[in-house]
Amino acid sequence: MAFTLYSLIQAAILCINAVAVLHEERFLSKIGWGVDQSVGGFGDEPGIKVQLMNLIRSVRTVMRVPLIGVNSVCIVLLLLFG
Amino acid sequence: MDLPHQGYRATKPRARAAPSAGDSVLFDDTSSAAPGMNSQGFYTPAYNMAGPSNDMQGGTGVNNLFADPMASAAMMYGSSLANQGKDMVNKEINRFMSVNKLKYFFAVDTRYVLKKLMILMFPYTHQDWEVRYHRDTPLTPRQDVNAPDLYIPTMAFITYILLAGMALGIQKRFSPEVLGLCASTALVWIIIEVLVMLLSLYLLTVHSDLSTFDLIAYSGYKYVGMIFTVLCGLMFGSDGYYVALAWSSCALMFFIVRSLKMKILPSISSDSMGMGSNSKHQLRLYITVATAVFQPIIIYWLTSHLVR
Repeated sequence: MAFTLYSLIQAAILCINAVAVLHEERFLSKIGWGVDQSVGGFGDEPGIKVQLMNLIRSVRTVMRVPLIGVNSVCIVLLLLFG
Repeated sequence: MDLPHQGYRATKPRARAAPSAGDSVLFDDTSSAAPGMNSQGFYTPAYNMAGPSNDMQGGTGVNNLFADPMASAAMMYGSSLANQGKDMVNKEINRFMSVNKLKYFFAVDTRYVLKKLMILMFPYTHQDWEVRYHRDTPLTPRQDVNAPDLYIPTMAFITYILLAGMALGIQKRFSPEVLGLCASTALVWIIIEVLVMLLSLYLLTVHSDLSTFDLIAYSGYKYVGMIFTVLCGLMFGSDGYYVALAWSSCALMFFIVRSLKMKILPSISSDSMGMGSNSKHQLRLYITVATAVFQPIIIYWLTSHLVR
């Protein structure tokens, strides 16, 4: 398995796309991972599920707009250079 | 090589006697004072700068500097531009990573490097694994052999790439692209491992002081084992390779578990907070063990194709 840095970047873009595509009301609330279900124990440390939900929500909030640009660049590069 | 270190050691006690802003335990950073003075000198008009140096240099110097005042003025302007550019680059770099924190990881000396390499290859006799602190700041690697550093991983990484090139050349499979491919593969595996570690530490809300650079350091220590394994494989053939692989894997696993145990797992207090903390404790243990088990796998993956 020979990696180049470009393949790492491609893998990262694909993973972040996958996280950004998870819809809030249609999917995450249905399986109990919505943001309204994350209010949990105060004072105690949040569990893994709460941390994961927070992570998904923050990735979606932060990366929505930059992903548009990054995906466009990636598509153009793939079309030009295969 | 020894003389600057002795100079640093001579100045260090004085620096520690008068601590200033947490930088006192680092080596004296005189490089940050000097460019300030130099840039002030350069920002004065070229005429003034040419004047005093004129008096110092004597007859022939006068001719060289003043023969073309345009050239000397351009030189002054160019050097002031270069200094401005350097300051801007430093400012931008400081926005992404703190250069002072990076300097802490490169404050090593030969004694530390030798001891650390011995511990990496034979960690079973090392007694005290605690990282010592000095007034809330961790001690530099020069003063504490348990502190992680980035010098050994960087050098080991570069040595591994060169060794991979040599091993491939021995097998007549060398070409310059292979070197770059090997380097980027190893780099990508480090990045993946550090990202997975950061993600798991975040998910389990482990409040440790393991920064990104610490994790890079700990995951870079496996290159020392890789170099040892490849060398034994080249010198003693396939049997030597497997023996060295087993030895360095065990040593590395022991080293990683003992080093990370201090930082990730909570210190066992007499009154643990009920049953909920047991599963968390278990998960932290799993992370430590998983990190340790990952090392031999990646050592085998990255070196087996070199020792056919």
